[in-house]
Amino acid sequence: MHVMNKKALLTAAFASLSTLAVASPVDDVLIIDEEIEMTTRVESVEGHPIPEVISGWHYRTPETRALEADSFANPGMLGVETGESIWHTVEGTAGKSCASCHNDATVSMKGVGANYPKWDEKNQRPKNIEAQINHCRVENMGAEPYAFDKGGQKPLTAYIKHQSLGMPVEIDLEEGDMQAWWEKGKETYYLRTGQLNLSCASCHEKNHGNYIRADHLSQGNVNGFPTYRLKQNKLISLHNRFRGCIRDTRAEYPAAFSDVLMGLEVYTTWRGTGLAVETPAVRQ
Amino acid sequence: MKLSRLCCAVFISGVALVTFAQAETTAPEDVQIQALSINKPLTNNAGDPANGKAVFVNRKLGNCLACHANSDLKDQLFHGEVGPSLDGVAQRWTDAQLRTILVNAKAVFTEQTVMPAFYSLDVGANVRKDLIGKTILEAQDIEDLVAYLSTLK
Ligand code: HEC
Ligand code: HEC
Repeated sequence: MHVMNKKALLTAAFASLSTLAVASPVDDVLIIDEEIEMTTRVESVEGHPIPEVISGWHYRTPETRALEADSFANPGMLGVETGESIWHTVEGTAGKSCASCHNDATVSMKGVGANYPKWDEKNQRPKNIEAQINHCRVENMGAEPYAFDKGGQKPLTAYIKHQSLGMPVEIDLEEGDMQAWWEKGKETYYLRTGQLNLSCASCHEKNHGNYIRADHLSQGNVNGFPTYRLKQNKLISLHNRFRGCIRDTRAEYPAAFSDVLMGLEVYTTWRGTGLAVETPAVRQ
Repeated sequence: MKLSRLCCAVFISGVALVTFAQAETTAPEDVQIQALSINKPLTNNAGDPANGKAVFVNRKLGNCLACHANSDLKDQLFHGEVGPSLDGVAQRWTDAQLRTILVNAKAVFTEQTVMPAFYSLDVGANVRKDLIGKTILEAQDIEDLVAYLSTLK
């Protein structure tokens, strides 16, 4: 009986090996508008559990991949255009727009999104682009901060990140206490949650390349956010995606921008080091 | 549900004790696992393979197809690849072992298995409030699934 169990396990192992070969990420190259060649596969940084980091783009259908390769067809670009107009819109008591201080975003914001989250000295925690936008709105414009996913938060974040299109993701863990937040994020990444008892790693580290029912599991990289999701027909923020994945384990999910999810953003961004910024990526 | 069935039994017939025995189920915390096996069925009602098949497919119940391919369900789209194909699974495991795999796969594989425990309170952190103390499936669903899986020869 014992021998039989071993055999069953071996059969199981072989079955999943062979499916891996079939369902692995497609071999394709992402060139946006036949101009910008994107790094969608790269050797991972030291200490990463997976040797090669692969963009979620490789796990999508040919149609979805084609949409991202053509910025006229990419429906997320409408959001980026909305972001551009917000950039120039005066709001708040100081009578300023983003452009009043930062001028031309194609110059001043180039590369910025590729290096976030950064350490926020004043608040002693990491800040993402959304937090920096709110900081500018409150401190420099005399405007209300955006609530999560509300107002111009998603389009403006997409516009700013889009200025780094094609540039490699890299964050500085030496700043402030970034390393401690990375540690927290790592704990969250491996924490098994919910009635289904799954962690991020259960799906995105152990099973990337495999189908889970109709979904082709990717490595769960964050380099394309906010992404345009065809299923929802809109831009989806990173913290919304985090919450959706946690909810799917049948767990309570943390608040957007909470310490737990900020740590997770630091850690998952680090995991995608070297991938090109794809904002706005197109996903199913 | 179980309780109301019992009450009816008490009111309707004089054989309340017999009915009581029929409706008996083992609570998740009382399940005994010995050498990878749960020998005693979790309920006194024989498993129904047709219902087991339905539980297997249903996304709100077993959703087993999310992770396992199964040629017996060729009519269904989208078979997952996270776990092994269940073709011929009855030749690899006894009913008592299949019952254990379903109740708590960790008891048969390793702590690291990604297969959820379908009749156990050994679950993950921060369980959704309305699901605390609840198992994914009912005892009878497990028996029905065992009956169904044992047809996959
Ligand atoms: C039950 C399986 C499951 C779990 C657990 C899970 N995810 Fe996901 N995740 C998915 C699926 C399915 C998708 C959509 C397909 C894809 O890109 O992998 C997805 C997509 C993503 C994406 C978008 C990737 C892209 O290219 O746009 C990110 C980021 C992500 N997940 C992060 C996480 C994090 C962080 C956790 C843990 C907090 C997590 N996921 C837990 C199933 C899961
Ligand atoms: C989230 C993924 C997942 C779900 C959902 C899932 N399983 Fe599994 N299952 C696995 C994995 C993975 C294994 C292989 C053991 C391992 O690697 O830990 C497995 C193993 C098995 C085995 C042993 C297979 C063999 O050939 O040796 C059986 C039987 C089984 N599962 C039945 C089921 C049934 C029935 C359901 C639904 C009630 C189900 N599983 C739901 C992931 C899953």
